[in-house]
Amino acid sequence: MSKADVWQGTLALMVLKTLDTLGPLHGYGIARRIEQTSGNLLALNYGTLYPALLKLEQEGSISSAWGVSENNRKAKFYKLTRRGRQQLSHETRDWQQTTAILARFLAPSGDAV
Amino acid sequence: MKSLRAWLVRLSGLWTAARRDHDMSDELESHLQMHIDDNIRAGMPPAEARRAAILKLGGIEPIKEAWRDRRGVPVLENLARDTRYAIRQLRKSPAFTATAVLVLALGICASVAIFAFVDAALIRPLPYRDPARLVGLFEQIPLCPQCPLSYPDYLDWKRLNKVFTSVEAFEGTGVSLRTDTGAEMAQAAVVTSGFFRTLGIAPILGRDFRAGEDTPAAPRTVLLSYAAWQKRYAGSAAVLGQTVTLNGEANTIIGVLPRGFYFAATGPAEFWTALHVTPHSCYEQRGCHSLHGLARLRDGVSVRAADSNMKLIAGELERQYSSNRGQGAAVISLVELDVGRLRPILIVLLCGAGLLLLIACVNVTSLLLVRAESRKREMAVRSALGGSRARLVTQFITEAAVLVAASGALGLIAARWLIRILVSLIGAPQLAAMPYLNGLDLNPRVVAFAAAVALVTLALFSLAPVSRSFFPDIRAGLMEGGRTSAGTVWRRFGANLVVLELATAVVLLVGAGLLGKSFYRILYVDMGMQPEHLATIRVAEPNAVHNDNKKIVALAHDVLRQTAALPGVESVALTTTLPVAGGNTMWIRVLGHPYHGEHNEVGYREVSAAYFTTLRAKLLRGRYFTDADDATRPPVIIIDRAFAEKYFPGEDPIGKQMVYAGSSTDHPMTVVGIVDNIKEGPLDQNTWPTMYVVFDQDPDDRFTLVVRAAHAEQALLPTLASSIHRLDPGTATFDPMTMADRINNTPAAYLRRGSAWLVGGFAFFALLLGSAGLYGVIAYSVGRRTREIGVRMALGARPSSVYRLVLKEAGMLIAAGLAIGLACSVAAAGLLRSLLFGVTPSDPQIMAAVAVLLGFAALLASFIPARRAASVNPVDALRAE
Repeated sequence: MSKADVWQGTLALMVLKTLDTLGPLHGYGIARRIEQTSGNLLALNYGTLYPALLKLEQEGSISSAWGVSENNRKAKFYKLTRRGRQQLSHETRDWQQTTAILARFLAPSGDAV
Repeated sequence: MKSLRAWLVRLSGLWTAARRDHDMSDELESHLQMHIDDNIRAGMPPAEARRAAILKLGGIEPIKEAWRDRRGVPVLENLARDTRYAIRQLRKSPAFTATAVLVLALGICASVAIFAFVDAALIRPLPYRDPARLVGLFEQIPLCPQCPLSYPDYLDWKRLNKVFTSVEAFEGTGVSLRTDTGAEMAQAAVVTSGFFRTLGIAPILGRDFRAGEDTPAAPRTVLLSYAAWQKRYAGSAAVLGQTVTLNGEANTIIGVLPRGFYFAATGPAEFWTALHVTPHSCYEQRGCHSLHGLARLRDGVSVRAADSNMKLIAGELERQYSSNRGQGAAVISLVELDVGRLRPILIVLLCGAGLLLLIACVNVTSLLLVRAESRKREMAVRSALGGSRARLVTQFITEAAVLVAASGALGLIAARWLIRILVSLIGAPQLAAMPYLNGLDLNPRVVAFAAAVALVTLALFSLAPVSRSFFPDIRAGLMEGGRTSAGTVWRRFGANLVVLELATAVVLLVGAGLLGKSFYRILYVDMGMQPEHLATIRVAEPNAVHNDNKKIVALAHDVLRQTAALPGVESVALTTTLPVAGGNTMWIRVLGHPYHGEHNEVGYREVSAAYFTTLRAKLLRGRYFTDADDATRPPVIIIDRAFAEKYFPGEDPIGKQMVYAGSSTDHPMTVVGIVDNIKEGPLDQNTWPTMYVVFDQDPDDRFTLVVRAAHAEQALLPTLASSIHRLDPGTATFDPMTMADRINNTPAAYLRRGSAWLVGGFAFFALLLGSAGLYGVIAYSVGRRTREIGVRMALGARPSSVYRLVLKEAGMLIAAGLAIGLACSVAAAGLLRSLLFGVTPSDPQIMAAVAVLLGFAALLASFIPARRAASVNPVDALRAE
């Protein structure tokens, strides 16, 4: 698989999952984490993350506050809200169903049409 | 739900935009710093570390742009920015802004104010239940298509018709009201018991008339109008059951009518009594026509069907009763009766206001275009810097929208004033006949109309920049000399606009001219008398003398004598019906002429001996009445010229005898004189043949005093009333007015006067705006051609040839505008036809006058820039650029 662009929609899910796993985190940290977790298979333009963060914040899934980073830099930290946690579990289940269906559909089998 | 919340946050983001933009910059900066830190830790040199971090981020500005689009609502933000920018731009050129706003506000004000009248008269339904189903009923004879009906006929119509759910009769009258101090005249109406139920009006206090309450034996009851209740009883609820004495009879108050109730045909009556047939009264006679009919159509029955049903019934009655011979019926919708007369005028006025608005729009469009033209370079720069065409057009339209909004607001405020002024100009007597105009003000419909006008105006403005040549290509726009192409476009486009303006102004001028001339003709119509310096007052003698002719005559003579002794009175007379009032007719039979019961209907007035000399009518033959013609002598009459021509063609009427149709021939009336026609009816109609009888020989306890004053007849009016009250407190006087006012207040005069003034006002502003528009185009064109003119003059052209050059251009536009305008006004004058009097729609005098006036104004407007062009110094002109 070549380095894929992050497509719309999945980015939000990745952000939510990252915050769920790591707790409050700043934008740069989220971007790095997503890249690392994908095993560097995803080429993320860090800039595209910010409109996505803004959208999630506007929808009330995450909230933000200024704080200090591990290296003593001033940074804005995002954290998951209750609504965000609900959204994450919903979307995780949806995504798993979708992939399961697709996996079954694409699996090489004897009774293929 | 989720996205709704997001939108709300985005909308609220509009207010905190600056702070949040700042926040975003900080966040991106912190992001970069952390990334650079990491890169340096990984061993990159600092410059390289920063470059890599920025590359990985994907460019700071595009991110911010994307973030901003997400943060707020870009369309709204652009709009807000454009609006702020437009306001700033407009404030930078206050002269342009003020001119444009005033011109537009003028147009909007005129059309909104007229619309308020249209709304009140033609759109707002009459305040009755299902008013479209209400009709008026009339008897119809050739002389009088909508005449009152008699009570016996009313009863037959009610009984025989198959088209109405109810038929009622009513009559507006004056009553003598007994007060603590004496007697007072009050407006009243007599109605049959179902009148208010038919209208769908219920009293707010007490009860309505019960069925059968209008029979002769029923006790006398009365309903009060809201105004009378407030004025005479201070709105007290204890009024129910009280008695009020009207015409000498006690009436019990049973109810109060709602505040907003009105009925145009009766005027603002204070007392509404049930109709009671009394012995020997008019209501007993089939030939005595005093009532009006009101009916509600059955479901599914059209006015036309009702009309033919009633004509059928009238035909039956004609065969049955000789008194009904030649008498048809007419059914007309109540809406038509109330506002039909006003409709053509309002439509004409609305069209006039619309044309004025059109001119105003065209003018402001020209201004906007000239402005856009001078800002062409700015536009070109902006589009070179990446402003999309759509954004530039939006910017232009935003500017227009700001102008329109300001003008709309100003126009609306001005319209409110204009409405009040116009209503106050209408005058009380006319308002009484058009009660729906009372309390006229802005209402939601009128405001909505103003908004619609503003939107249409804006749409017109938006058309201009859509033309492809409006935004020239960037390169040409950026070049200093790149003016030729767009300049030509503007000249052509602007010239067309000016022709449109001039043509519209011509249409309005011709309309104003035709209406003005009609009004003039009406005013100077031959009255057959001298209405100047005449004071009039109506008199009702007390009920004590009601049935005693001798006492009536004696009291009338006392009144005449007392009045004649007043200072400043030249002569005094009385009549039962004043000139221009119309009404009151009789059927006559000329003795010695063949007679087969035909209806010879003639106007009929009872007058005192001095009547004709007081009016200064012209005696054609015979003699005037004298004081010797009293009740002891055989009756004599005077007829007018129309009467003589119609009933005595080729004969000498003097000495001829006649009787009222149906009465015995034992006591004939003898013609003793012929006067020239006096305008007894409406000014714009031919007078019916009229006969005058001697008051003393046929008296009436209600009459009108006519007083010729040496001067200042207006000042005499209060004296007349007080002198009569001094003579006899029980005699009521009302309606004091000069004859000139009475004539001015007739619909024939005031409707034309009002419309002539209004259309004249519109035409004046149209001429002003049209000339200003022409001036603008010519001045612009001269400005563009300064250099060319300089070259011409340097080569030896004289100022006169420069004048010719400029004026030729103007002349073409004026000629085109005039030609188109005159052609259109001939067509438009058809709309005016019902208002014209004594002029044809294509009156050559008016056409010529308009052509001269407009040509003069337009040439003056173009002369100013021409003079500037001719005084150009060739050296300066060539050096300019």
